[in-house]
Amino acid sequence: MAKRAAPEVNAGSMADIAFLLLIFFLVTTTIETDSGINRKLPPIEESEEDVIIKQKNIFTVLVNGKDQLLVEDELMELKNLRKAAVEFLDNGGDGTCDYCKGKKDPSSSDNPDKAIISLKNDRETTYKTYIAVQNELVAAYNQLRDSRAQSLYGKSFAEMEANYNDVNWPGNKTKLKEQIEQIKIEYPQKLSEVQ
Amino acid sequence: MSKFKKKKGGEIPAVNTAALPDIVFMLLFFFMVATVMRQNTLMIENNLPFADQVEKLDKKDLVMYIYAGKPSANYKQYGTEAKIQLNDKFADVRDIAAFIAAERASKREELIPFLTTALKVDSDANMGLIGDIKQELRKVNALKINYTTKKGSVFGRN
Repeated sequence: MAKRAAPEVNAGSMADIAFLLLIFFLVTTTIETDSGINRKLPPIEESEEDVIIKQKNIFTVLVNGKDQLLVEDELMELKNLRKAAVEFLDNGGDGTCDYCKGKKDPSSSDNPDKAIISLKNDRETTYKTYIAVQNELVAAYNQLRDSRAQSLYGKSFAEMEANYNDVNWPGNKTKLKEQIEQIKIEYPQKLSEVQ
Repeated sequence: MSKFKKKKGGEIPAVNTAALPDIVFMLLFFFMVATVMRQNTLMIENNLPFADQVEKLDKKDLVMYIYAGKPSANYKQYGTEAKIQLNDKFADVRDIAAFIAAERASKREELIPFLTTALKVDSDANMGLIGDIKQELRKVNALKINYTTKKGSVFGRN
């Protein structure tokens, strides 16, 4: 019997099938957003002792129901908030903070460790504004930490943290961790929210 | 001069489309790998706000999602006020404690301290609702939260 060659399978419609699947996945895909601003809520138990904080060490930010900002009893635009917060945190009024580059104004905060930002919002404030304010305040801290890290170790704080989280980073991680902690101590994030 | 005879039939040869399936498959694989199937069907508008000082949420399985926003067009009968959505249904502020407890029960015990609550809230929701959610979370001691945002400038696009 003569050997017959197997007939070739027609693959012309393969592209059609692939297209069909492709379109299905295109339509169902939602690129998930999995990043955001991390915060820690205060525990609910009230501490007994009242902590006395000097008025000059508190930077009050009030957001009202019309999304207007009242910063230290003055109306302020959102775009100026970051700068004002940086100035307040980096003031170093009592001279104990030798790395602060601020004006050393005695009527503003003593040092970054004592400086507290207090954020209060109305029930009618929109979430968008609230996030924008949070973002600006976090940005102020990040900016200070970045410039401190830059002057100490020659790279930004964000870069150091990225390196720390990078598995393939070749450097000494325990040392890097210490450096990160050091900067966090120098500029602690003290952001309190009033309920 | 028959050497330079004009070729008969000046039609353009057909483009070879044999590589087309390969290209399509390549795209297909990309989307298949990048796709994350949605866990929850959203019944609310969820237009997240923009922020640029964001951190990544690393462990996906250690995140509890709380959604909030106006009921979307299909669920107009629930009103126009911003509502909370837990899993696949609308919920009340009181239900959050039970939701957190259920989520915690479904995780291994040693992982519970690492659980983060991601708040996916519509940018037009008001802070009263968020304040209530936060208060509930404090009551059940779920203190690590994350305001999920899109990456972008806070001033630009609204």
